[in-house]
Amino acid sequence: MNIVVLVKQVPDTYSERKLADADHTLDRDSADAVLDEINERAVEEALQLQATHGGEVTVVCVGPDRATDAIRKALSMGADKAVHVSDAALHGSDAIATAKVLAKAVGTVEGVDLVLAGNEATDGRVGALPAMVAELLGLPALTHARKVEVDGSTVKVERETDEGVFFLEASLPAVISVNEKINEPRYPSFKGIMAAKKKPVSTLAIGDLGVDAGEVGLGGSWTQVTEAAPKPPRAAGQRVEDEGDGGVKVAEYLVGQKLI
Amino acid sequence: MVDFRISEEHEALRKTVEQFAREEVAPVIGDFYEREEFPYEIVAKMGQMGLFGLPYPEEHGGMGGDYFALCLALEELARVDSSVAVTLEAGVSLGSMPIYRFGTREQQERWLPQLCAGTALAGFGLTEPGGGSDAGATRTTARLDGDEWVINGSKCFITNSGTDITQAVTVTAVTGQTPEGRKEISSIIVPSGTPGFTVSRKYSKVGWNASDTHELSFSDCRVPAANLLGERGRGYAQFLRILDEGRIAIAALGVGLAQGCVDECLRYVQEREAFGHKIGTYQAIQFKIADMEARVHTARLAYYQAAALMLRGEPFKKESAIAKLVSSNAAMDNSREATQIFGGYGFMNEYPVGRFYRDAKILEIGEGTSEVQRMLIARHLGL
Repeated sequence: MNIVVLVKQVPDTYSERKLADADHTLDRDSADAVLDEINERAVEEALQLQATHGGEVTVVCVGPDRATDAIRKALSMGADKAVHVSDAALHGSDAIATAKVLAKAVGTVEGVDLVLAGNEATDGRVGALPAMVAELLGLPALTHARKVEVDGSTVKVERETDEGVFFLEASLPAVISVNEKINEPRYPSFKGIMAAKKKPVSTLAIGDLGVDAGEVGLGGSWTQVTEAAPKPPRAAGQRVEDEGDGGVKVAEYLVGQKLI
Repeated sequence: MVDFRISEEHEALRKTVEQFAREEVAPVIGDFYEREEFPYEIVAKMGQMGLFGLPYPEEHGGMGGDYFALCLALEELARVDSSVAVTLEAGVSLGSMPIYRFGTREQQERWLPQLCAGTALAGFGLTEPGGGSDAGATRTTARLDGDEWVINGSKCFITNSGTDITQAVTVTAVTGQTPEGRKEISSIIVPSGTPGFTVSRKYSKVGWNASDTHELSFSDCRVPAANLLGERGRGYAQFLRILDEGRIAIAALGVGLAQGCVDECLRYVQEREAFGHKIGTYQAIQFKIADMEARVHTARLAYYQAAALMLRGEPFKKESAIAKLVSSNAAMDNSREATQIFGGYGFMNEYPVGRFYRDAKILEIGEGTSEVQRMLIARHLGL
């Protein structure tokens, strides 16, 4: 079974993340860049499926040159090869523009049975990209998976959202996005790190994919960020003095906030 | 020209261990330390990442890396906690390394795969109640009786010797006299559970409280003659080699601790306010932290260079002694300053700097005291 994993390099959530003043895009120099944590889980899931069903795991990434580090991490975990789409014209692409490029990039991989992705990146937090890619590829989309099982040509997924748990089934090929409950990703070993260096990475520009520069980037995107401001610091909490009725007051407060 | 850049693969490993320490060790280790409990789950995860196999070839179950890779892993672990770092340090440089360097093919095949996987640990029994650095004063004896060694004596402060996954301890013992009338010392592998081999009480220690340290005693303990490690009478030369290398590993561990102090202080002084300002804006604090950074930087260069010499196959005795001396100094000084910067909170066990302070002292003592390092350096200067 051949699996493609969509991965993204994001600013480390442990560092301070900023947007550039000029165009409100991510200030990539202000923070350490890492493979998004949810993508580590997607890669882990692909490797576990591969261990059972065989085939190849290909990592597909759209991002600037330095996203190579995120790709290497996925390869050092055990993925077999990678496709890296890097093009200056992509700067500022929104979710739809990025999805178009990703869909084309997935098309360069032969015999894909399954496309795995994280359900939401920790930077943009749009959370719509896996469904968009599925739409563009004409494949079923099974999102927010906490469990994935492949049986022959069908895939079963436990989809968990705030509303509850849904049990889904689709025929392969399909696109699946995973949530943070899917697994605990492995840490790459030194053997894996050294092996990753020798694994093939094909670096493509958008022209290689037949994507026109006018469809992507800040100019080609359907959405624009027009303004951005940091969250205001949290206001001071409300203090409850316990004069024998502390519990009641706390409960009243929680009811007021519609928390209980 | 000198170049201290490390390779991409080593850097990737460093980052991986940094992430592991931050995510898997930091949140839980304080409780293990407080309870003086060995963190089996963390050690198992370290094993799954291949840390215990770092410097060994793949044929033995290793990762195909080198000793420098091990040092980087030790530094990153010790930035967060020294107990897990020393468990790895002793597990590799004292547990499996003697078997890898001096063992027979059979001994390597029997012990290395599980030691490299971190599913088993081994210890190295050198120090005795009567002395540590004066290893020639070894009193434990091993007498050949037919095809068995009969071992009698005791060892103390032996790391990783009493965990649930400890499978063996390599002990040094007097096996006779050399033609010059000196003690003939040999190393012998004693599997855990051998009758006559008793693992005594766990020590109550000042630091490294989540690591495993025991006193061992041997009373007519019999092991097969084939458990002799390498040649008979080579025990002294063997452990000198092991200790020379081990100093670089301990230096890396000290650098990690000293760096951890800088990390913690940088965070704290940008949050903590006194007299209306963040304390990091005061020059008295800035200068302390600048000195801490300078110490950790020089100590790191010292161990990098000693490791480079060792890997090139050049003499590294003096350099490894210097690396250990300056890094244990840096660890002591930085942890003292860090605790001071944290003030009252520094004296509380819930902050890591207090733990760093307690963990630093042993670095001036273990694997050759600072005095022994100075002795070695002086000797190399012809004194």
